Amino acid sequence: MFGLKLDWVCDLPPQHFVLEDYEGGTPRWCPGCGDHAVLTAVQKLVRDEQLPPEKITCVSGIGCSSRFPHYMSTYGFHGLHGRALPVACGVRSRRPDLHVFVATGDGDCCAIGTAHWIHAIRYNMKMTVMMFDNNIYGLTKMQTSPTSKVGQTSNTHPGGAPLPPLNPLTVTLGITNASFVAQTVDWNPAHVLATLRKAYHHEGLSFVRILQRCPHYMDHLWDEVQADPNKILLLEHENGVTAEPSLKRLFPNHRVHDPADLESARNIAACDMPIPIGILYQNESAARYDKLCAVGLNQGVEERLAAVQREIDRFMV
Amino acid sequence: MSTLATSIDKSNGSQSETTRPVQVLTVPQHVVEVVCDSGEGAQTAGQLFGTISAKTGNGVWTVEIIPAEIEPPVRSRSGASGNRIRIGSSEVTNMGDAADVVIAFNEQVLYSRIDVGALRPGTLVFLESKWGSDPQAAIREAYSEAKADFIDRGYVVHEVAMEDECLKVVADARRGKNMFALGLMCALYERDKEKVLAEVRAKFKKKGEKLQAANVALVEAGYAWTERHLDVRYRIPAREIQEELVVMNGNQAAALGVLAAGIELCSMYPITPATSVTHYLAAVMEHAGGFIHQAEDEIAAIGFALGASYAGKTAVTVTSGPGMALKTEFIGLAVMAELPLVIINVQRGGPSTGLPTRVEQGDLLSTLFAAPGDAPKIVMAPTSIAECFHFVVMARQLAETFRGPVIILTDANLATGQSPFPRPRVRSEWLAPPIDQSDWDSSVPAYAWDEQTGLSARPIPGQKGGEYVLTGLAHDERSKVAYESAINQRAMIRRSTKLAVLQKALKPPEVHGDPEGDLLVVGWGSTRGAIEEAVDRVRADGGKVSSLMLRFLSPLEPGLKEIFSRFKQVMTVEINYSDDPGAPYITEENRRYAQLAWYLRARTLVDIDCWSKVPGIPLPPGDIERVLRQRLASN
Repeated sequence: MFGLKLDWVCDLPPQHFVLEDYEGGTPRWCPGCGDHAVLTAVQKLVRDEQLPPEKITCVSGIGCSSRFPHYMSTYGFHGLHGRALPVACGVRSRRPDLHVFVATGDGDCCAIGTAHWIHAIRYNMKMTVMMFDNNIYGLTKMQTSPTSKVGQTSNTHPGGAPLPPLNPLTVTLGITNASFVAQTVDWNPAHVLATLRKAYHHEGLSFVRILQRCPHYMDHLWDEVQADPNKILLLEHENGVTAEPSLKRLFPNHRVHDPADLESARNIAACDMPIPIGILYQNESAARYDKLCAVGLNQGVEERLAAVQREIDRFMV
Repeated sequence: MSTLATSIDKSNGSQSETTRPVQVLTVPQHVVEVVCDSGEGAQTAGQLFGTISAKTGNGVWTVEIIPAEIEPPVRSRSGASGNRIRIGSSEVTNMGDAADVVIAFNEQVLYSRIDVGALRPGTLVFLESKWGSDPQAAIREAYSEAKADFIDRGYVVHEVAMEDECLKVVADARRGKNMFALGLMCALYERDKEKVLAEVRAKFKKKGEKLQAANVALVEAGYAWTERHLDVRYRIPAREIQEELVVMNGNQAAALGVLAAGIELCSMYPITPATSVTHYLAAVMEHAGGFIHQAEDEIAAIGFALGASYAGKTAVTVTSGPGMALKTEFIGLAVMAELPLVIINVQRGGPSTGLPTRVEQGDLLSTLFAAPGDAPKIVMAPTSIAECFHFVVMARQLAETFRGPVIILTDANLATGQSPFPRPRVRSEWLAPPIDQSDWDSSVPAYAWDEQTGLSARPIPGQKGGEYVLTGLAHDERSKVAYESAINQRAMIRRSTKLAVLQKALKPPEVHGDPEGDLLVVGWGSTRGAIEEAVDRVRADGGKVSSLMLRFLSPLEPGLKEIFSRFKQVMTVEINYSDDPGAPYITEENRRYAQLAWYLRARTLVDIDCWSKVPGIPLPPGDIERVLRQRLASN
């Protein structure tokens, strides 16, 4: 009646969520830290998607960026250094109804948590993984990270980092069953949001490396790149991040890249300069372990009891 | 008890011409071993004999004899594989002392049993004789020397041409000797042949008709050989069984406990001797609405389980000592953030990689105390295979009620030993999921610690109004990170008090034997059967000794100090290391005690002594008996 379609009525969300519904404690990151921008982007994303806060679980490890869950007013798990991904996989395993976001840093993911990083990529369980990469350990006060550039001075390497940095993009793209790899930069909030939106909608594990500076220890990390926009390579494609005209104006150096093209993605990722931003790779037909984990999820108590009784009977004397 | 012929009767057995008059010796119990090179199937034969014996109404306890390597060299003194089966006319709770009967597929594997004291003068040995005519002179010599040595040692040696007997029936004797041995054992103990053959057919049903028929023929060959060559049979009267029984090993019991406890997720990493729990679960968990995750490492295994637990799912992780060490940080998090989790630690010998397949109770103190800072947690130890089942069910309930990890310590003795026990009656409420998705009253914090008990209910993702961020950092009731002194002190009190609350709900342990006397033996875990048998033997001779088994190790069961005060001496018997007080350099001041003794001394201020060793195998009751007699005599 009144021309209303019944299914529309049923679909009406019980509540309309606004940004404040996702805001947790006041962030205690340093002023100027890129973590603020990512937090805002995630809050906007979940607001735009109208996700009920109680259906979101943010999982993190230890480090500055791993404070992330505390600043969301959703469920959160701020666990152990390096171990965000196994926990996130466990959360997801039997709760396909939950939206899982993971906040991890370059130390958390690429040093102490490396084994889990590799295997979580292979498990490919649906979740959005944000790897905050500022090339340094901040919380423990300036130690070399696996992504620190050669020669980067730190408290552990006063003479400069001795080895070439690990490239998280090429590593991830080299892992069997990787299904989504993207990169963005914290100083362009529009690109961060557009990238995270693609990541959130990805049917599998999305790995997003977010380049950022540490205003306290690595204030000038990206000065050169920020001064010369040609040092960024904006990846665009109808299946990738669709570049707004303003973004294209900002980054004159752009390239059409089909995220389905793994070979090309690996070549782009291997290049130090210019720095690619956008979706490097996406494959939604990769095997998803979370689909296997959910086996028997809807079995009732009586059915399970019968199965247990049958098993015990097999051992009857 | 040593073998006692309590009655002898002569009978003619069957009417067939080929049979000869036999002597039937009725005995209360016997220990039988069957040993071979790895891959010759003695374990299968032993397990089948155990199952058949249980079905005939005997009490049974089996122990696996396992080489440490997958493919040890053949005819090797260290490579013996097989099974020890102790059968009795009443309940059997441990592996017993020296074997009464041993079937050995070569003389070298028999030596490996002699090396661990498994034989005694008088042991009946059935020895494969083919080595005596081996093409290699060295083997022939080794065999004949060994045979002479065995006779010198007082064993009653029967040479059996097993290979030849098997070749009459099958083409490859190496794959069939075990079934011949089964037939020999079953004939020797007067097992009804038709029932045995039915059991064998059932066992090999899935392997195809050809193999099934071959195995049946081999068992029959074993019977026929016995009828032709042996004039003795052993009769072990069956028990009156009133209730339904199941027979399984401790790892299977723990796995069934996981199912019966309604645990939905098992997250594991392979480690001996715990893995067989998960092998079994992998085959069946799906049917019971659960999932088993093989993680990339021990740390990820517990992290995954805790993630699922945080999301409202019941979870278990199964491991052994080295895996426990790796899981330590996550166990601390589970305590700090009050996440329910069941952890099964099937202990092996340590430290480091230690003795992967062997028996030890060396993880008690590390389980109780390993964690950064103070991390109070519940620790339990089943003392029987039945308890391996029931403790998992209890652990899940305790984990949820007391909101934290519950660790179950079993060991390789329980894990691989098989014994019958009353069929568990599973209740549907055990399976009820903890998950609740109704709205949470947002005025109630995530840790609404009861001031008296420290207990609190937890919100689960999906519950509107319950949103909180779990953290391993010090936190207040709302899970907000808090470094304030008073808040930290309060939170520590709340977490610790929960153990005291549980302790108040426990009953004092039962004393086996008189409630007072000259000596009290305290044990925990798998040693119960051997300790109680040793105590019974000494008591039968008038010794004033009793025993007590602890099933809760954290918190400890109440009333211990009072019980201890009724005995002149208190000592623990354990399978872990302690310094010998008489050894060089060892003084009263520097002597390191067995782990339970160490712990009980601290908790009770009673001067508790210990006797412990680390043989890698279960303690025979005879060894404990000797120690008890010495202790009583020295006072």
